[in-house]
Formats: sequence, C-alpha cells, structure tokens
Amino acid sequence: MESIGESEGKSLTSLPHFALCDYDMEINFASAHGSEEPMIGLKVNGQEKTFDGDPDMPLLWYLRDVAQLTGTKFGCGMALCGACTVHRNGAAIRSCTTAMKEVSGAEITTIEGIAPMHPVQKAWMEIRVPQCGYCQTGQIMQAIALLKDNKDPSDQDIDTAMSGNLCRCGTYQRIRAAIYQAAKETA
Amino acid sequence: MKLIENVSRQVGGNFSRRSFLQGALAGGVFVLGARFIPEPLWAAQGETPAPPFEPSLWMSIASDGTVTIVAHRSEMGCGSRTALPLVVADELDADWSKVNIEQAIGDPKYGDQDTDGSHSVRSNFDLMRQVGATGRAMLITAAAAQWNVSPKDCSTEPHFVVHKSSGRKLGYGQIAAAAAQLPVPTKESVALKQRSEWRYIGKESSSLFDLPEIVTGKAIFGMDATMPGMVYASVEHPPVLGQKIKSYDDTAALKVPGVQKTLTIAPFKPPHLFQPLGGVAVIANNTYAAFKGRKSLKIEWDVNSSPHSVYNSQPFRKTLEATSRQPGKVVRNVGDVDAAFAKGGKIIEAEYYTPHLAHASMEPPVAVAEYRNGKVLAWAPTQNPQAVQETIAGVLGIKKEDVTCHVTLLGGGFGRKSKPDQVAEAAVLSKQLGKPVKVVWSREDDIRFDYFHSVAAMYMKAAIGPDGKPTAWLQRTVYPPIGSTFDVSATYALDEMGLGWNNLPFDIPNHRAENGPADFHVRIGWLRSVANVYHAFAIHSFADELAHNANKDSVQYLLDLIGPPRIVKLDLTGDEAEDDKRYPLDTARLRRVVEIAADKSGWGKRPMGKGHGMGIAAHRSFLTYVATVVEVEVDDRGQVHIPNVWTAVDAGTIVSPDNIRNQFEGAAVFGTSLALFSEITATNGVIDQSNFHNYQITRMNRAPRHIEVHIVESEAPPAGVGEPGLPPIAPAIYNAVFAATGKRVRELPLSKAKLV
Repeated sequence: MESIGESEGKSLTSLPHFALCDYDMEINFASAHGSEEPMIGLKVNGQEKTFDGDPDMPLLWYLRDVAQLTGTKFGCGMALCGACTVHRNGAAIRSCTTAMKEVSGAEITTIEGIAPMHPVQKAWMEIRVPQCGYCQTGQIMQAIALLKDNKDPSDQDIDTAMSGNLCRCGTYQRIRAAIYQAAKETA
Repeated sequence: MKLIENVSRQVGGNFSRRSFLQGALAGGVFVLGARFIPEPLWAAQGETPAPPFEPSLWMSIASDGTVTIVAHRSEMGCGSRTALPLVVADELDADWSKVNIEQAIGDPKYGDQDTDGSHSVRSNFDLMRQVGATGRAMLITAAAAQWNVSPKDCSTEPHFVVHKSSGRKLGYGQIAAAAAQLPVPTKESVALKQRSEWRYIGKESSSLFDLPEIVTGKAIFGMDATMPGMVYASVEHPPVLGQKIKSYDDTAALKVPGVQKTLTIAPFKPPHLFQPLGGVAVIANNTYAAFKGRKSLKIEWDVNSSPHSVYNSQPFRKTLEATSRQPGKVVRNVGDVDAAFAKGGKIIEAEYYTPHLAHASMEPPVAVAEYRNGKVLAWAPTQNPQAVQETIAGVLGIKKEDVTCHVTLLGGGFGRKSKPDQVAEAAVLSKQLGKPVKVVWSREDDIRFDYFHSVAAMYMKAAIGPDGKPTAWLQRTVYPPIGSTFDVSATYALDEMGLGWNNLPFDIPNHRAENGPADFHVRIGWLRSVANVYHAFAIHSFADELAHNANKDSVQYLLDLIGPPRIVKLDLTGDEAEDDKRYPLDTARLRRVVEIAADKSGWGKRPMGKGHGMGIAAHRSFLTYVATVVEVEVDDRGQVHIPNVWTAVDAGTIVSPDNIRNQFEGAAVFGTSLALFSEITATNGVIDQSNFHNYQITRMNRAPRHIEVHIVESEAPPAGVGEPGLPPIAPAIYNAVFAATGKRVRELPLSKAKLV
C-alpha cells in the first residue's frame, strides 16, 4: 500500500506514476467500528459537516452516498484509477482509500466545489477532452492540483502527476493539451 | 442531461415519457411524428415488431422555441447522443443552442436501440435527416399560410422561417402551434438539404451535448442514479461460471454497521444469456457497508456444480492451437489453395495468439431498479435498454412492456454494457425486498465477471511466388464464439466471420478462410471491434512478415497485396450481403488510406533513431477504411514507447470531424492497452485478475504521445466510427517493434515478450 494512495499530507502529484506497479492486494476494510465513535467534523466545499457513521468509511462513499455529491466517481476502490480524486486542504487525494477518520478537521473540495468555469474546466471544454466523461472530474481535480503547485509543467511533470488517473476512452492526448492551455491561461 | 437529472431524483413510478409529452403538449407544442422507419434495420432485426405510428416519437418544438429531440441511442463516449440530434437540427435548420435532448427509454417503437456495432449514425442518418426536413417543411408551410404567400417563396435561417422577398421572419416557437395542426407531408414531397447547405453535419462546430455537465460533475451516469427509499446491494458471484451455493454463513456480515440483510440470487438456467450469475447479495444502507459486509460472508460453493472449473488458460491455449492446425469450416474460398501449396516453392507459416480481455469501462456495472405491482422501473447505464426489458421480463416472468428502462449516461461501455445482467440483479433483489435497489459492482466484480473478449488462436500459411507475393493464402481462426452466450452448444463462430475474416481485401488468386471449433468456459461477449482485434492482428502481422521475407518495403508490399483499385467480390449472405450492396469493398478507398497514413508519417523518409521503428496496418471494419502507421521506441530495458501514431480514416459521410478524431485517438490508446499490457487468464475456472494492478490498461505516461488523425473527405454513405480505429493498432505496433528490434512477437500482449 506504500506507493499507492495518498500518504499523510502528501499530494499525489509528488508520487511516482503507477504504470509499472506490480503488486497484488485486496481491499482491507479493517473493521474498527466501535460503539463510542467520536463525531467526525470536516468541511466539504466550504460547508461544515459532521459524520457519525463508520469512521472506516472511505471519503468517496461519504461524498456519494451520504452527502449526495456524485461528481466524484467510483472506479477501482484501490487508488489505482483516480476517478475519485478530490482535494484535501488543496492537495489531490484518492477519496476511495481515504477513510473518514483520516479527514477529520480537513477541508475537502470536490468538483462541485470548483467554481465554474475554472480555467482547467474551460480548457477541457475548448479542447473537447471528454468522451464518456466518467473519469474526467477526477482528471480535472488532479490537473487543478498540479497547476496549483506547478504553473509551467513539462511533459514529464504532466506524466508524473496524471498517470495515476486512468481514462479507458483514451483521452490522454487532449488532457495533456488542455493542461498546457490552462497553464498558459493562468500564467 | 438536465432532464434526467431532474427526474432521476423523483422517480418512483410517477414519471413516464407519456406524462412528459402530455405536459409538453399542454404548452402548445408542435410535435412531429416521424413515420419513416429505418426499414433495413427492421428487416435485419426480424423479431422486432414494426413500430406503431406515434406522433411524438422524435421531436417537438415548444412555443418558446425550444426544440426537443429524442436520442434513442445510448451515450457511452462515442457521440451518438449528440450526432443524431445534430442531424435532425441541421435539416430542421434549428439553432443548436435552442435544442434540448431527451434520452429515450427502451421501447421497440424506436427500432433497434442496441448501441453497438458502430452503426448509430449509419443506420439512422437518413431517418434523422428526414425527421428534421419534414419539420422544416411544416414550419415553412405554417408561416406561409400566416403571411398568405406561397411556401415556395419562403426559406429558413436558424430557428426562423423567412419570406424571401419581404424579409419577414417568424420564429419557430411562434409558428409551432400552427405547424402542429398541419398534416405530416409525405416523405417524397419533402426536400432534404443539399450537402452544401449543411450547417452542422461535417462541420467543426459541434461538441458533445453533455460537455458542460461532464466537466462540472453534474452529468448523471448510472453510478449516480438514485430512487427514493432505495437500498444498496453488492453481490458475491460464483467464482466459476455456473457454480451453485452449497451453504453460506452471513453472521459476521450482518454485524457490519449498515448491513440490513443478505439475499440469494438464483443461478441462471443455461444458456446464461444476460441473466444474473447468481450468488449472495448483501443489502445495506450505503455502498461501503454493502462492500464491507460482503468481505465477511462465508460461502461454500458446490465445486461439482459447474463444468467450467476445468478451465486453465495455458492448456486451453494448446487446445486452440492444435485445432487451428487442423482443417476447419470453410467460410470463404477463392481458387484452390491446396493445389497451390502442392506445387511447392516457398511456404511460410505462422501462428498467432491473443488472450481474453476485459472491457474495464471506468464505470463498473451498476443499476437501480424498483419492482412494484408486477412492474419494473429501472435506471441503468445500458447500451441496450430493450435488452434490459427482455432480460428482466424473462427472469421475473413478467411482460416486457411492464419493464421501463431509463438510460443514463454510460461511463464507458465498449460492448460490456450491451449485457444488462446487473440490471436484472437489481430487479430480482427489489422484488424480494419490496423497495428500490441499487446494485453496485466493484472493480473486482467487473474484471472477474465480465463477458470476456474471446481468447483466440490463428494459423496462417502462404505460398510465395517468384515476385515475393503470395500465390496462396490460408487462414484459420479458432476461439470460443460469442454464440455460446446464447447457445451452450455453439462452438463455431457466426457473426465474427464478417469481422475481418471472410472479407480479406487482398489480391491473391488462391485464398481460403476457415474457422475451427472451441468450447467456452467463461461468458464471451463483444468488446470494441470484437473479432477484428485478433483477426487484424494475425492478418497484418502475417502480411508484414511476408513483406520482410520478400525484402520489400512494408507499405509497398501492403499496397501490392491490396492490388489494383476494384470492388472485391465477396460471397456473403443475410445482413452482410445487404451491407455489401450499399457499401461494396472498394480497394481504391483502402489504398487511399494506406497512402495517406504513409505520407503523413513520412514513411521511408523519417530518420529513425536507435531503438526506433515504424509499422503499418490497414483494416476495413464496420464498413470504414482505416490505415495506421505507428512509430515505436524500444528502450534499453525492452520497454515499448509510442512517440507517434498516424491514422487515416475513410468513414464516408461524417457528422462530427472532431468527434471522429477523438474516437480514433482513443482507439490508439485502447489498442495500446491490448497490445502492450492487458491479459485475462483463468485458473481452475477462476479469473486470475481483479483490478487495475494486475489487469493493466494504458496510463498517460505509456500512451502514444502524439496521435494524428486524417479524415478522408467522402460523400459515400456514413460508416462506423466508434470501433474501426482499433484493429490496426496492435499489428502496427508489433510491426514497428519488429522494425526496431528484429524480433517478431506473435502473441498479445507485448509485456510478456522479452525484447532485450
């Protein structure tokens, strides 16, 4: 689990890409639910929220099933595809492997919390990146985090930041072009 | 997807298409009934009844000018949901910004709705033009009557009827009510636009209708559909196809917070069709609880209850290969290959192998359904809502008409979502629970319980003449057929033969194509471009082998194989024969795409650095001509990188050039996945892979870095777009790897080969 998923306080953009990952693992939802769970408080898109359910619940399912914020997508449950990417305190994380107990006190931003049209969304529109569109909110959240840290990314920077986000339709060329365009616009 | 967004939150049996239309009618709208049914489609479908005339089938115009067009094909990323309404809007001369799209429910009145086979535009282009043009004619007639002038003196500009001499104008919304009173003119009396008059068709202006919702996270996919009061379900399926439950213990599962109960789903009765696989469902308050509860289930499967636990990929491969070395069923015969081989001379043989593949759409299978009073309401990301109706009706023993299936956006499909087994699971569970159920498959479920792209073995043999060209070409292909999903005794391919096997476009005097039998042990289904994947891999790898053997340039050799411009005579029957009449196999068009791809790539002129090489393949599928040149770089570790792909495509008349470029760019990436990374195998009937760590697909850093798509301008009838970009990619990559390394690899994927 070391190289995959977000480690504490560390943006995925700084992690190596996963093309050669060769490990086998199963989801291990450790059952740590006891009778006296403390209430978890967090901010989602600027709004204060409290959660008193299973603290092991991944943030993804809280967002989708509890908070009804469905722009964040389920793709793999193992931080392998990036469809569930959101921001924790501004850094991109995989919400499918981030438990609610890990986001206590955090500020979470989902695609719904990005004011349209963000330059990245605008570039996505102009380049006409999406095909089916399912992975694109995760791609956009990852790209926004990349450009926040790096105003002038190179091809290599984009590979490193974006290779954790899968697109089965194969829109990578347009994603790269849109990131360059958004970078130019925000420069 | 505004409409779906609005209604998806309030479905509970009170929403129906009819009430929508009645509501719209009350607002004084013009509703056009298209009485033009896609005849060839009906004939081809056979069992689908001819649709009744229904005035509100395709289009309506509200008094505020909003044009609502029905999309009856599913949107999984190929652009059908945008393309067909765009055709209507063009002929209607509508302002695209005033068009709303309503997604059709599954209903035979729309004709075939199975969004597969790359034929949404091909099969509906003429119909949609007719729908739009008829509306335009009626609006002109209504405006002319109001002005008391002849309709001949009137024309249109977007969303207005214009009286040419006086310059008077009436907006479409203003005359919609009057137009609605007019009789629908006959097809013959309505003039279609000249091609030069098209505003949208073939132009760069159009983007996907749902683009704004997609980039803001508001688009509603199947994963996002909800019903009031619904519960969540996750199903533990039999690990081996057809296995039954011996016993199970849900004690621990029921202790997981949020888990409500467990239920069993009965195993299917063979053939499996699109029926649920059976298993144990965990019902919970949310998706996570359902997943977590499932981890705690203890299930003992009856290991003797399925014949498929014998399935092991390595020995199975040997069986397929042994079969491919034996004579098979002849599916095309030209001249006499046996006589040619008997003459001796240079004989070249080669064998190719391709593994199972999983679709791995980014959105795993998911559906929400409610059973109430003998009827089912479902929301699903399905390529085929009528199959949802049929499957649920069959499983629950109710009438097909009592199943209503709404179609959400699909988070990818690639053929997987033509099979609605997960929707049937939701309906079965809802009937048992008495409340709406959302079934969510995990990625592991998706990979392990796919309708897999078939594993295949191909045997090729050629006799080479003194000029280096083949005098005889024998090809045999063997794989468990898709037909086994519908008939357990099926061992020979049927439709797959038309997918790149019974239509070799080469100028060879003696040619025979054969197919050998194979048993199935997993569910076999369609995956993007289907059998073309393995057929093109064998044919175009072999063609390149022959070129190198003859010391000829690969492009020139390919052109020589294709031979002079001509219509290739094919011995086809049924639908394929019908297609062949309208879309004859024209080698001039195939040659042209080869020449364009070669030219754009700088073939033969481009300086190749160390470890670099170029390869070509050209394949016609779904009636579209495609040639692709790939440049690879094989690094010191033997890892393959793809700096460049050049594709030339002749798809006849096209609706959206940018969407075509997007589809063909995507096909290059999808093709890279299966060429370099992806493989599904089985051990004792159990699929070995489970998620993206061991079923790998292309990531950005390994994707082709630069993909160019060149579209041939054509006035030929529209052909396929979603799939035909895929087949040439793998052989072009492999041929390029040979050029770069001198290593000829004859099986997918390349990650298994040692290149250094």
